[in-house]
Amino acid sequence: MSASKLNPLQPRTPLPSQVVKDDEGALVAAAKAGDINAFETLVGRYERKIFRLAQNITQNKEDAEDVMQEAFLKSYQHLGEFQGNSRFYTWLVRIAVNQALMKLRKRRPNQVSLDEEVDTGEDTMPREVEDWGPSPEERYKQAELGGILSSTIAELEPPFRIVFQLRDIEELSTEETAEALGLSVPAVKSRLLRARLKLRQKLNRYFRQGENS
Amino acid sequence: MNCKSIVKEISNYLEEALDPSLKTSIEKHLENCEDCRVVVDTTRQTIQIFCNSEPAPLPEDTRVRLRDALFKHLNKLRTGPRV
Repeated sequence: MSASKLNPLQPRTPLPSQVVKDDEGALVAAAKAGDINAFETLVGRYERKIFRLAQNITQNKEDAEDVMQEAFLKSYQHLGEFQGNSRFYTWLVRIAVNQALMKLRKRRPNQVSLDEEVDTGEDTMPREVEDWGPSPEERYKQAELGGILSSTIAELEPPFRIVFQLRDIEELSTEETAEALGLSVPAVKSRLLRARLKLRQKLNRYFRQGENS
Repeated sequence: MNCKSIVKEISNYLEEALDPSLKTSIEKHLENCEDCRVVVDTTRQTIQIFCNSEPAPLPEDTRVRLRDALFKHLNKLRTGPRV
């Protein structure tokens, strides 16, 4: 086969990883000792991410605000219990996810059950197979791309959306995601696969080659 | 290895969580199947785009309400009676 510009066989760039700020541990230690300014720095560092997480899960701005407030407050109240075995941010995400799921279940009690069996076998086979052409990050302005991503992820059903959010946006490990959601590791893996394939399919309409932005 | 098996293993392939013989079989298939190459590549891009995406700035009113709520509680905790 002739050389294609797509070459998944090339040594791949590792999936991006969020930069861990070196001073996170020091800030947490200071906050534990009662330094409110240190805690405020942590809030300022993570508020946007926690708000996006809460919004992606609850799909409601008011609920997302409540979730963010409750998550930061709870994290401060329970800071003494944080052992430092994981990143502070991972711990904070887990608190925020619990709050968000409670909101979601309260709002839609009959629609949100994360632990029920979901069919992950149907419609996973890609239907549209088209190269995406130029990098989407180059084709769209950041705010525009952000809008595309948030509306696309909103189209996923909660069991898939939440697993994808934790695993591929917040970068929790499969095991951490399973623990945070009370799911088995195989359940996380199968939902994640389906979420990734569905999102790929949905993004295809924006990013396929020849599609004007 | 057929296209359906490739799709089932995409996550493990992208996360480099496959045993070497399965990885080799997948790569052999990808060498000869352009459709699967496209699916693998665009799935990888999907993950990367979301992972790289920067969250939007907080709306100013949201930010103000967060600060107000949080620090009202924190001050209460700091100055209130210890339990």
